[in-house]
Amino acid sequence: MSKHDVHMEHIDRDTGKLGMWIFLFTEMFLFGGLFLVYAVFRNGHSEDFHAAADDLNTFIGTMNTVFLLTSSLTVAMAISAVQKNDNVLAFRLVIITLLLATLFMADKYIEWSHEFRSGIYPGSQVLKNMPHGELLFFGLYFMMTGLHALHVFIGMILLTVSLIKIRKGNINYEHYLLFENSGLYWHLVDLIWIFLFPLLYLVT
Amino acid sequence: MAADEKEPYTSFLEHKGSHHGIWSWLMSTDHKKIGLMYFYVIAAFFFIGATLGVLMRTELIAQGETIMGPQTYNGFFTVHGIIMIFIIVIPGLSVIFGNFFLPILIGARDVAFPKLNLLSFYLFVTGALLAVISQFTGDGPPDTGWSFYVPYSVKSATNVIFALTAAFILGFSSILTGLNFIVTTHRMRAPGMTFFRMPLFPWSIYATAWIQVLATPIIGITLLMVIAERVFNIGFFDPALGGDPVLYQHLFWIYSHPAVYIMILPAMGVVTEIFPTFSQKPVFGYVAIAISSLAIAFIGYFVWGHHMFTSGTSYLSRLFFSLLTFLVAVPSAIKVFNWLSTMYGGSIDLKPPLLYAIGFIFLFAIGGFTGLIQGALATNIQVHDTSFVVAHFHYIIFGGMGFAAFAGIHYWFPKMFGKMYNIKIANIAFAIIFTGFNFLYFPQLIIGIQGMPRRYFDYLPQFTPGQVVSSIGAYILVTGLLMMLINLLYAGRKGAKASANPWHGVTLEWKIPSPPPVENFDTLPEITGRPYNFDENLKNN
Repeated sequence: MSKHDVHMEHIDRDTGKLGMWIFLFTEMFLFGGLFLVYAVFRNGHSEDFHAAADDLNTFIGTMNTVFLLTSSLTVAMAISAVQKNDNVLAFRLVIITLLLATLFMADKYIEWSHEFRSGIYPGSQVLKNMPHGELLFFGLYFMMTGLHALHVFIGMILLTVSLIKIRKGNINYEHYLLFENSGLYWHLVDLIWIFLFPLLYLVT
Repeated sequence: MAADEKEPYTSFLEHKGSHHGIWSWLMSTDHKKIGLMYFYVIAAFFFIGATLGVLMRTELIAQGETIMGPQTYNGFFTVHGIIMIFIIVIPGLSVIFGNFFLPILIGARDVAFPKLNLLSFYLFVTGALLAVISQFTGDGPPDTGWSFYVPYSVKSATNVIFALTAAFILGFSSILTGLNFIVTTHRMRAPGMTFFRMPLFPWSIYATAWIQVLATPIIGITLLMVIAERVFNIGFFDPALGGDPVLYQHLFWIYSHPAVYIMILPAMGVVTEIFPTFSQKPVFGYVAIAISSLAIAFIGYFVWGHHMFTSGTSYLSRLFFSLLTFLVAVPSAIKVFNWLSTMYGGSIDLKPPLLYAIGFIFLFAIGGFTGLIQGALATNIQVHDTSFVVAHFHYIIFGGMGFAAFAGIHYWFPKMFGKMYNIKIANIAFAIIFTGFNFLYFPQLIIGIQGMPRRYFDYLPQFTPGQVVSSIGAYILVTGLLMMLINLLYAGRKGAKASANPWHGVTLEWKIPSPPPVENFDTLPEITGRPYNFDENLKNN
């Protein structure tokens, strides 16, 4: 590798984290746009929003909240483990995190397929016959949870990459920027869900 | 310093790295090479966009159908808008000169995340290519205008999804660039380079980067919503599904008005570098210029509603948006007065960069004042959606950002390529471009006030003189642009070798050889005071 390629190999930790934090800001603004739309529509159709939220399965939503919150805990513990030079423990904790994430996705799959079976999916005739407010609610529901699920998926990829590197020792107590940033991303995914859950499931 | 020493070094243009041939460019994470790659792509698109513009002017040279029908014309102004706005002026100055000169001006060897920088470039290219593909595939080129207003953008049978996706990807690229520049400014400054010792171009890039990061996600999610509405029939904006079209306009302009400042702030930064150098005098009101960049970025975030004065928003909100719009003129004016004061009493050297910079002030002032006419509630209704608006934003975007880009190219060309262009031809080209520009757009202000609507492919007989003059202006302008292009291309191939500091500038880029070495600085410079200290020049002579 030439001299020029060398000096940029190691981005120092503060620089890397600053970049990640700014990226997380942009993610918040991305969802912020949807929250804004939600606020506007709920303001105009509060009755319909209550009625539509009743159709969602609060049990599934609660389970998913538990899964994600716990996974945030395990990923934070894993980072601490790496910092304390215990890669074996970190490896196990990331596995648990990924399992919880998979449970979340499976839960989501069950929930969505249930809704699809009862004819509630974007553009369906059942939705078109509903009052406008409920139609808007389900539009937002699919958009928000869909986009969130995409983020969960990306987070899982990041954690899987980290997992492999923890195994190989490329992530260790001296170099763990990638893992720490993946963890930050995972917390963001969790944080957004904490807003989605009451807005979609608990407004009944 | 090392400026005129003749010791051998490897310039970034010659450096090969671990890749060979074209790959030494395409895979390079060197901020200077990435800056130049952006430059070439953007220049190519600029000439495509300009060609579309000239064809539209040709259509309007006479009443009735001249060279194209209405649907083609709709496609043309949409594509012209998408190319010019999303591919050229929004990223333009910040990705070309920001990439090339931000690290050098703050005394860094590269940006904070060089690989991410290359990724932004490829996202940009992908978005740009998608925008081109949208023209030739599907059911005809998109005809919604660059603003994609719903419900038409949901209902139009043309290839809107590709264009929306293109804009989304370009936005993502813009976010990553902004993120990179913020972190670079915070973390990579040379020893002793405090924020208030940075030159003012980095200041403007820094302010721009914050807008890119904080505003672009909103357009991202909005475009995703329109895509979802088109593909999955999810109701957000279509009234038939309970949606709200005015909500779209809000979301669109929450980004797209700050985007105007993404365009103009780096332009202001470029001319702020040029005035001191060609007056050999420190910039007047350094702190005021630095802070006004941030003020523009901040206030610019809260004025979007002035695009919707006729959309049926409430009277109270219109009042606020009008007031805020007038407020944003204040920091802009601060800058203009500071530039003029910088020239006052200086030893002015009327070289092409300064000519373009002065042209910038003149045209930007016209653009600014016509902007206030639209910011006022009463006059806005008269000029809304007329060619007055078209002329106004071309004065700002082309007269402002475009002229600043030309100024920057002429200012930094010797540094970037190590070659000097023919100054006399550059001066003549400037005169032609400046004349053509005013012939092209000034008549549109007049016929706009008289009632000529924008985006029409035909017009009533009373607008004929204005339209004809405007079209002739377009041809003059293009002649000048071609002259400038040929002059620069010739200089790039066969121009005389440029010295390290042809303009006697004192900022850091002039203290390293032309073209710059691979790593910019052998040893990082120690900064001990404010920039623009021209006493150094007096001592040396």
